[in-house]
Amino acid sequence: MYCTLGRITSSLQCVALYLRPVRHRCGVYVGPHVVENRGGQNITRHRKKHTTSLSQSQTPHHHNPKVPQTPTWECVREDQLPLPTKVPPDLVDKLERLALLDFRNQDGVDCLEKAIRFADQLHVVNTDGVEPMASVLEDRTLYLRDDRIEEGDCAEQLLGLARNTLEGYYVAPPGNIPLPERDEREVLLKYSEM
Amino acid sequence: MAASLVGVLAVVRNVSVKRTVRSKCLISSSHVCTRRLGASACRNAKAQVKRSLSQELVGVVGLEIHAQIHASTKLFSGSQVRFSSPPNSLVSFFDASLPGTLPVLNRRCVEAAVMTGLALNCTINKKSLFDRKHYFYADLPAGYQITQQRLPVAVDGRLSYGVLVDGSQNHVLERSVRIKQIQLEQDSGKSLRDGHRSQTLIDLNRAGIGLMELVMEPDMCCGEEAAAAVRELQLILQALGTCQGNMSEGQLRVDANVSVHRPGEPLGVRTEVKNINSARFLARAIDYELQRQMAVVESGGTVVNETRAFDFKSGQTIPMRDKEGLQDYRFMPEPNLPPLLLYDQQTAPMDADPTQVILIDQIQEQLPELPRVTRERLVKTYGILPEHSFTLVNEDDLVDYFVSVVQRTKAEPRKVIGWVLKDLLGQLKQRCLSTAQSPISPLALAELLDLLEAGRISSPAAKLVFQELWKGTGRSAEQIVEQQDLGVMRDHGEIERICQSVIDSHPEEVRAIRGGNRNVLNKLMGRVMKQTKGRADPLLVRTLLEEKTS
Repeated sequence: MYCTLGRITSSLQCVALYLRPVRHRCGVYVGPHVVENRGGQNITRHRKKHTTSLSQSQTPHHHNPKVPQTPTWECVREDQLPLPTKVPPDLVDKLERLALLDFRNQDGVDCLEKAIRFADQLHVVNTDGVEPMASVLEDRTLYLRDDRIEEGDCAEQLLGLARNTLEGYYVAPPGNIPLPERDEREVLLKYSEM
Repeated sequence: MAASLVGVLAVVRNVSVKRTVRSKCLISSSHVCTRRLGASACRNAKAQVKRSLSQELVGVVGLEIHAQIHASTKLFSGSQVRFSSPPNSLVSFFDASLPGTLPVLNRRCVEAAVMTGLALNCTINKKSLFDRKHYFYADLPAGYQITQQRLPVAVDGRLSYGVLVDGSQNHVLERSVRIKQIQLEQDSGKSLRDGHRSQTLIDLNRAGIGLMELVMEPDMCCGEEAAAAVRELQLILQALGTCQGNMSEGQLRVDANVSVHRPGEPLGVRTEVKNINSARFLARAIDYELQRQMAVVESGGTVVNETRAFDFKSGQTIPMRDKEGLQDYRFMPEPNLPPLLLYDQQTAPMDADPTQVILIDQIQEQLPELPRVTRERLVKTYGILPEHSFTLVNEDDLVDYFVSVVQRTKAEPRKVIGWVLKDLLGQLKQRCLSTAQSPISPLALAELLDLLEAGRISSPAAKLVFQELWKGTGRSAEQIVEQQDLGVMRDHGEIERICQSVIDSHPEEVRAIRGGNRNVLNKLMGRVMKQTKGRADPLLVRTLLEEKTS
């Protein structure tokens, strides 16, 4: 069973919570029934087989020796992890204001706490004396562009995307619209969910 | 940009640093300061400080300067950089933050940042990183700004500037301010308030233009020092060509962090002053804010940490809309940009494409002449005083003007500088003109000085000719002298006759002179000069008068 924080917008990187190891999905699934390529039908059948049951890992005839049959790692024990983080309501409020998220109700906050707990497993690794990475691309060279005018002059296209424009300008409300207070928000949400 | 958490932390860290030398404020007589500010801690005017130093409040000013990089295109996209253009015409898909677009760094911007760092004696970080600073505002379409918070391009520099002290002394005091860091970042778009329809109009032409943010340590203590530092920075950036430094066009934006405290005590709560459009307003805004804070503290109140805008019409700072407490920018590494690596000629990879490699020492060698060096060169080549050199370099185009006059005239540079700084510059300032708009060309001034040097006219007459030339009637100095008969009076007899007549018509004065009061002689001299229309040689007149009245 797994649950995703589907309601959290993309400004917080989506974290899929796996509470138990599942079979890793790779792009190419070599199944037993592909003999001839009969077009769409075969592929659909593949996909159906692929998603329905996870227990169908037992006996594919051409199994990839690099993919282990059973999980090779063990769960991290609770006592190895630091104390569980509780997210206080004030912090939830602040996050909602800063990142324009909507935790909606206590379930959303619980999901967040579980996500933090999952990430706490990283604390088990000893990183003393190791330089943190800047990003996974840090060994690539940064491309430097010439100072030449190559883009721009597409005002019509860009303004065509906006709902509201005026004489070549985008129209926006004056300043940031402040989020309503928490009580008001709950009232709003009750009505919006209906 | 609003003060970041990092900035606040920096201030808090400063609190625990005990500084043995407090930067004191030197107030000149022409300074717009109250007596209270003037009395507080003057390095030279110790006599003014009656109360013990520990009781006086001193101001602490730190500046955050955003300089728009002078390049053809923006920092991460290939759209053009230009000041006035139809709205949203210089915007690429990346600038509009359309999904699927990625930043591509502009080499010219990196070179500009490195040049500026080297000119300000900074340590250039061979590896620097880009980060995202998140906040929501309509003029920031992506919801974040790409900046360099963790590891900026240059750190630990020093800006040396001079504060001109007018009055009896008239010399230049050397000061310096530490530069904490220089970083590359994106500019945001422009928003215009449409009051009628209660909406904001967004123009993204400015969004994405490369900025150099220079963060200075709070080493300054009043508006005058800040204005002088900004002026020096403007000159340096203009000399390097990395920024045109025009504050009114928004190419150089200065935000001041102002606080007051007593020497030896921790730094006080600071406020940020924004919306300053010129160096003159900067000094006034900072001084007003310092006065306001001192009044608050001395009356027992506490200064609130807020952002204030400067209203140049009233000369006051007004609190801006409250920003809901401290902003948390949720900095994160920019995932689309690997680290920026800079090399020296020795460390550069062998097989690298030269357009992809930036060599720090090569840029160092190719740095143009900085203002400090120009000043020293002028003093050495032309034998003028350092203060004159300072004023010359401070005004746009005045150095070129001065040099072209000196090249065309036989007069000594020391005499030329007097004419250029007192007469020409005085007139320009009075009429708020720039050197380029001067009605007197260097050639015309050179001709006038040649006449003076040759002894064809006296110095009072030369001043009259100068006035005539200023009117711009197209006549040369020669022609004016001819037409108005201002040539030096050669007829010795004529001069003697006039002296005699003046003496005869002022018997009381003559008696006073004979009685011992030599100063009255000047009055008689004035009479003679008026009669001769300034054409007589003053020395000759004086000798004649002295003879006749002895």
